[in-house]
Amino acid sequence: MMNRELQTKVAVDNYLRLQFPAQSENESLARVAVASFAAQLDPTMEQLTELKTAVSEAVTNAIIHGYVDSPGEVRIECAIHQGVVEVVIEDDGVGIEDIEQARQPLYTSRPELERSGMGITIMENFVDELVIESIPEHGTKVRMRKRMAPVLDGQ
Amino acid sequence: MQLQVHDGVVVVKLGGELGHHEVETIRNEIEAELERTGHRGLVMSFRDIDFVDSSALGLILGRYRTVTERHGRMALCEVNESLARLFELSGLRRILPVTATVDEALQLVREG
Ligand SMILES: Nc1ncnc2c1ncn2[C@@H]1O[C@H](COP(=O)(O)OP(=O)(O)O)[C@@H](O)[C@H]1O
Ligand SMILES: [Mg+2]
Repeated sequence: MMNRELQTKVAVDNYLRLQFPAQSENESLARVAVASFAAQLDPTMEQLTELKTAVSEAVTNAIIHGYVDSPGEVRIECAIHQGVVEVVIEDDGVGIEDIEQARQPLYTSRPELERSGMGITIMENFVDELVIESIPEHGTKVRMRKRMAPVLDGQ
Repeated sequence: MQLQVHDGVVVVKLGGELGHHEVETIRNEIEAELERTGHRGLVMSFRDIDFVDSSALGLILGRYRTVTERHGRMALCEVNESLARLFELSGLRRILPVTATVDEALQLVREG
């Protein structure tokens, strides 16, 4: 019973917002902050690593592809609802012309930077739901959802 | 990161985080060491890494390109579970050997 009450408590909604300049020094801070936020759901190490990696991929993409290494801002919104964490990573950069092509494993528009073209494939594999919305010349929004805590009875 | 030379093979021991921000310096240091020593063999150990994303795949494939351009050989070792999963997703194992220990990796590189 005690345990049940605790679990109900962690299912209470919570959110975190971050915004920071598109500089690679901030990538580590961003992925660590999101992982720390999600840790309140008491996930396994594997779940947490998967989320952290997916966030790192999206933030890196915003910086190197969205802003092509020019100044800009990256915004992250995380929310928890009933054991599911949702993370939205947004930039106001160049956007993606062809999202289908971008999603292809090994596709990269910047091979000269030694990108592997595996970022989006990794995101797809590491979270439960991935939605990419992009408007060329306006920016990109990546929304990911991942269940971090077991489904409880009566939810 | 630690750079050593074992019998004509450059051995790189990586630690800490391997994201986009971190790999750039690492790449430059490995390239400089290959250039400086003139060695064509490369072993990369990942024993002490705490975080890894697709940037590490780019780092590895980039070094593979350098080494094969010089007709050298390369092997990876001491790969943790997170990195092994990225290898699986990318098919990197079809290109590069991965061993449990530095010694086994050295042996593979020297055989060539
Ligand atoms: N935020 C973004 N803004 C603009 N283009 C993007 C963004 N994210 C991804 N892309 C495009 O999608 C491609 C594939 O992304 P990804 O799978 O992460 O591979 P990589 O980052 O290694 O190129 C990128 O090369 C880029 O062309
Ligand atoms: Mg990427």
